[in-house]
Amino acid sequence: MDGIIHFFVFIPLVGFLISLFIPEKKEFFISAVAFTTSGLNFLVLVSLAFVWILQGHPPLSLDELVLYRAYGYLFTLNFYFDKISCVYLFVGSLLTLMVTVYSRYYLHREVGYKRFFNTILFFYIGYSITVLSGNFETLFVGWEILGISSFLLIAFYRNRYLPVKNGIKVFSIYRIGDVGMLLAMWLSHYLWHENIKFMQLNNYVEVNEHIQNHSLVGVFISLMLLVAAAAKSAQLPFSSWLPRAMEGPTPSSAIFYGSLSVHIGVFLLLRTYPFWEHQYSVRVIIGLLGLCTSVVTMLIARVQSSVKSQIAYASASQIGLIFIEVALGFENVALFHFAGNAFLRTYQLLVSPSLVSYLIREQFYEFTPRKHDEVPKWLGKIYNSVYLLSIKEFNLDRFLSRYLWDALKSIGQKVNYFDYKLVISVYGAVLLGGFYTLYHKQYIPGFLQNYMSLIIAVLGLILVLKSFVERKSPRMAWLYIIMNHCFILLAVSYNDHFDMEHAMVYLSGVFASGVVGYLSLNRLMKAEAKVDLNRFYGYAAKYKTLAFVFLVACMGLAGFPITPTFIGEDLIFSHIQQNQLLFAASISFSLIIDGISLMRIYARLFLGPYVHQTLEAPYRSS
Amino acid sequence: MEINESLFSEHHVLHKLKHYLPAQAPLKDFIHHNTLHAFQSEKFFYALHRATGIFGYKTLLSINEYRELFHQSKISPDIIAKVVAEKKGDEEAGKWIEKMLHANYRQQVTPRIGRLRSLWKRNYHIDMDADIQPLLFRVLCNYLDQGIAMWQFPVIKEGLLESILALEQNSYSSLFRTNEIKEMFLAGKWEIKPLLDLLVGDESLYEQYLFDQQFAHPGWSGLVAIIESNPQTLLDTRKILLRELIVFELLLELDALNYHFGPVWAPLQKFASSSLDELLFQPVKHSEVNDVLALWQEAFEWSYYDQVLAALTLSDEQEKVKTQKSFQAMFCIDDREASLRRYIEKHDRDCETFGTAGFYGVEFFYKPEHGKFVTKLCPAPVTPKYLIKEVDSSHKHNRDPHLTKYSHSLLTGWLISQTLGFWSAFRLFLNIFKPSMGPATATSFRHMDQFAKLTIECADKNDKEDGLQIGFTIDEMVDRLESVLKSIGLVDNFASLIYTFGHGSSSVNNPHYSAYDCGACSGRPGSVNSRVFCQMANHTTVREGLKGRGIFIPDTTRFVAGLHDTTRDEMVFYDEELMTGEIAAAHQRNKKIFNDALDENAKERSRRFEVINTASSAKKIHEHIKDRSVSLFEPRPELNHATNALCVVGRRGLTRNIFLDRRVFLNSYDYSIDPEGKYLLPILKAVAPVCGGINLEYFFSRVDNQKLGAGTKLPHNVMGLIGVANGIDGDLRPGLPSQMIEVHDPLRLLTIVEHFPDVILTVLQNSPETYEWFVNDWIHLASINPVNRELRYFKNGSFVPYEPISKIEVADDEISIIENTEDNIAVHLIKHE
Repeated sequence: MDGIIHFFVFIPLVGFLISLFIPEKKEFFISAVAFTTSGLNFLVLVSLAFVWILQGHPPLSLDELVLYRAYGYLFTLNFYFDKISCVYLFVGSLLTLMVTVYSRYYLHREVGYKRFFNTILFFYIGYSITVLSGNFETLFVGWEILGISSFLLIAFYRNRYLPVKNGIKVFSIYRIGDVGMLLAMWLSHYLWHENIKFMQLNNYVEVNEHIQNHSLVGVFISLMLLVAAAAKSAQLPFSSWLPRAMEGPTPSSAIFYGSLSVHIGVFLLLRTYPFWEHQYSVRVIIGLLGLCTSVVTMLIARVQSSVKSQIAYASASQIGLIFIEVALGFENVALFHFAGNAFLRTYQLLVSPSLVSYLIREQFYEFTPRKHDEVPKWLGKIYNSVYLLSIKEFNLDRFLSRYLWDALKSIGQKVNYFDYKLVISVYGAVLLGGFYTLYHKQYIPGFLQNYMSLIIAVLGLILVLKSFVERKSPRMAWLYIIMNHCFILLAVSYNDHFDMEHAMVYLSGVFASGVVGYLSLNRLMKAEAKVDLNRFYGYAAKYKTLAFVFLVACMGLAGFPITPTFIGEDLIFSHIQQNQLLFAASISFSLIIDGISLMRIYARLFLGPYVHQTLEAPYRSS
Repeated sequence: MEINESLFSEHHVLHKLKHYLPAQAPLKDFIHHNTLHAFQSEKFFYALHRATGIFGYKTLLSINEYRELFHQSKISPDIIAKVVAEKKGDEEAGKWIEKMLHANYRQQVTPRIGRLRSLWKRNYHIDMDADIQPLLFRVLCNYLDQGIAMWQFPVIKEGLLESILALEQNSYSSLFRTNEIKEMFLAGKWEIKPLLDLLVGDESLYEQYLFDQQFAHPGWSGLVAIIESNPQTLLDTRKILLRELIVFELLLELDALNYHFGPVWAPLQKFASSSLDELLFQPVKHSEVNDVLALWQEAFEWSYYDQVLAALTLSDEQEKVKTQKSFQAMFCIDDREASLRRYIEKHDRDCETFGTAGFYGVEFFYKPEHGKFVTKLCPAPVTPKYLIKEVDSSHKHNRDPHLTKYSHSLLTGWLISQTLGFWSAFRLFLNIFKPSMGPATATSFRHMDQFAKLTIECADKNDKEDGLQIGFTIDEMVDRLESVLKSIGLVDNFASLIYTFGHGSSSVNNPHYSAYDCGACSGRPGSVNSRVFCQMANHTTVREGLKGRGIFIPDTTRFVAGLHDTTRDEMVFYDEELMTGEIAAAHQRNKKIFNDALDENAKERSRRFEVINTASSAKKIHEHIKDRSVSLFEPRPELNHATNALCVVGRRGLTRNIFLDRRVFLNSYDYSIDPEGKYLLPILKAVAPVCGGINLEYFFSRVDNQKLGAGTKLPHNVMGLIGVANGIDGDLRPGLPSQMIEVHDPLRLLTIVEHFPDVILTVLQNSPETYEWFVNDWIHLASINPVNRELRYFKNGSFVPYEPISKIEVADDEISIIENTEDNIAVHLIKHE
């Protein structure tokens, strides 16, 4: 029976691969593949669930696929199926099925028909892997796919400015959540001394024993998980991304941001519930976060005068309530609420264009002129203040761009006054010197020895920031990121014994994608006179294949689970000690900003309004 | 016009801005109009060229698109030769044809709009638009919102600024980020010029700055300008001035600058001198590519027109000796009715059909029972003095609990999502696999209860409601009937049954629903109008009155009103129960004819829909077509006016045997009843703005779907029930979405009038605003001599002879033509039997 879980991962995977190779003009086949994939998945699930429930629904676990094994280290893909997975998979496959059928007609003749279904299937893989994951590593694979496919769907209309801008915005917030995931994974290595399976979390005695000994670590892990969950589920202070994600075709907004994607944070909490169940402080924090979010987003939802943002905030506020339910331990209520909310918001978004005729009709027959209630001045003042705050979305969006985007930028700009040659030569020298002294530690002054890894990691972090604010040369921005990976490697080598084989695992993907990306950039620069990072160029309009290749290279370099680098990143963290929070944080920040910077390069060069097209170009504000 | 450019006159600039901004009303009042109406006082091609240079609009297809059309044989080489020879002379022709086919042109344009304001970014690295627009749009939308937000704008005073002021004065929070600007606002410093002094500094740049600013979001600015001039277009009315929007935006800009740079920043004039070499409205340089594009466009147009004109001369059906008709039917001139008329005539060779503007000459406001407002049912520019009320209606307003706002609240949302939430999955499943009509569907059949009564006759002139006279007096009825009947040439040989059909549409998930209804009824279904018309015509006293005007309607003749739903291809009839005996039986027989015609009409329409197999049986296809109108996932329930290109004003005999696809507006008119053109003038006065407006809106939405159209409708988000935008922070998108125009060929309207050229010219010159459309080439005009069929074409103010060169194919039946092609179909002569 356990083996059936395979299907839920392989069906979408096969569907996705097939869909990649269908010619763009064959609308029928493209959508048929998507339809069959989700339909098949749904059928298999329903029949499995039937038998499984009859058998008393025991949790199923599938511990297969060892991806990498080294002394004291094991990277496995592990799957797990229980009530939570079952509900999530049921809702997910049913909605995906309906939305693919819906989109078959809805997207008829739309430019990017194939791209749309490719991305939907890609998303669906990510979703399935996430909800079926049996350990953090597997979950993270799905988690990353969700992030990138979200970006691609938000920026689906890639020739316009706002979708691309908002795509990057949402992606950046997702990456913040990823910091939480990385740090949580890192510390749980130390807590359990192995890659813990979610199945084991159900063992109360075992969990409790570990946490008892490391209560602070336990709380920290839980809080990091909460950060990840809050970012993905649009809780405070991240809520403002949710309405801004509504840039793609309505059905994609409906399943992604109305229902599936946005409930993944809830899933993470449900999945790790046994872990923090006995940390009451954490439960209080989760509950309070949910409460604050639901109140604040409810207020914002009330003042929205556009349909989609109203639904988005209303959904976020219900998810706030679900957080409270999870914190209270009402797992069934939370699952029920999740399913209802997902269906309702999907439906509401899908019929949202009908609202014009429906509500105008209602207004026509039922309008009552507004009455001016006399309220005491002080009450009116509070009322007005809350209204204004809600219109301004409690400054959430400004807050995020100020403390996230602008902060990164201003730090980056502070270190950005060296010219390229200097940077390359200084960093090159540090790198060479670093590797040399690694084997000849006697040359390093004693007081430095303990801080070497941190210093190198921070130097690497500076490189990523430089890449992030680079405005002129995309190649330099690219090189900085490759170099950063070398610095991370060096830093870890200082920290702990990191053998050659591990280094190869880590670097193989970096170099392969590094070279591919660099060559792509070269080709673009040869063909086009003006290529920099000062604006959006929209070259995907002309260089479709190149854009795709470069995107894959970006994903590879960002440690996306398509190259061994993904495992390498996990390996790296296994060499950071439990008490090196600062070091771990700077490494994870490096990796996270890496991803943002790479997406920025990709977006600036290939997305946005095509630079050579001035006629029939969309308004910037459109 | 451009004198004293250096002096800033607020009044002058505001006036000019309103002139150039998009003029589209809120969604519920969507009415087609010439998108580039601001340029209409200039010659067509010159105007287009200026619009491109100033605003960056793409106003024609690109050279490559024309060449592609040429390679697909959609532009004929013979016509190219003819057009070029005519425009450039025989000697130069070869050279120009060579240029059209092979020369390389850079079709890059750097529009003048936006240049000045882009200096903020260049010199201050501040993204002004991204900084202020989201908040600006949000405040505007919340202020104007018609019922989306659960929490409305707390104070509505006389105007936007007053309302914001009241809000700001009594609040701990503020829309402004800096105190200085907040204080300025609170102190009532709401003059445009002093604000521009701070921001820009040089008066000669103010006009350009305001244009740059407002054209950074033409959607919202245009809508505000429309609401300013016509506040009633919002049911829940709001006062707002474009001026207020500008003041508020200028304040927000100052606020942004102060926020980012503190008090030290220099106004824009400091950087302007070097980078602005031309003023916004300075003449745009002419270049060869403009000539080439104009030649292509003309060749493209005449490749089709020439066929049409050739066919008209061939159409050999002489007006037969007037015989008794089996029945007569009147339809709107709408291009969507043309094919249906063709099929009705095919199924009953003895019937006769007419076309006239679908409000049937009766202009009034309509108030359905329990309605809180009145709806205008006549062409948009007319302001009626009459009110028609619906009484004894049994209609119920169906609700959809899933659309309730309570689901957005916290606790009711909690309840609803856990209960109705699951039901919605089921509903969605049903609609996807078996679509059916629900409360969310916008359908023409709900416009008026089929079994309700209308207050048509005015008993007492003092009987008024909302300042409107309830119903028409007998004399007023006689006047209206006389002019409609005479203008379409139906003055004798009345059949015993005469139908008048209004038309409307049904669709779901379609914010542009009112663009699908009858344009002559201000974007509403025409059912009330046709019913009012028929009841008037059946009124015995009215018939007596008509006798005095020379129109004798026999007592045995009965007028029957109907509604044709153009999306579903269905009909309903009104007051059927009043028919008895023979008439009722004849009506039942005619209904069968209509049903067959509707099936075949659906079949003909289906050839444009790739997912329907046009070769299957008409009945089966019709079911598919009906499903489309209620399917949530169908962005093209029908294709509306797409491919429209012609308007024929004349007797049906001219066109009856010609297959003109669904591209023609047909207006019946008989020159012999109207030798001086007394009835021709009102017809042309309506044709120009209505058909010309539809045609040019399709034209420009097609050539530049991004700037002049609404782009694809798939990501659209409904804003305040008044417009659509992409995403939540975008500007409103006026114009037509790509799904409506993708099959449209951008051809100007060719109006063909059956009368003597000198009569037409005299008539036109009596109405300068109508004449402008024709003399400036925004609409082509041709005349066909009713006696000898001689063709003339209107060029530079006079009619010149025209000799068509196309060969016309002959077909036995339209079915064989329509089953085999999805694309536009050439003009055919149809020889039934």
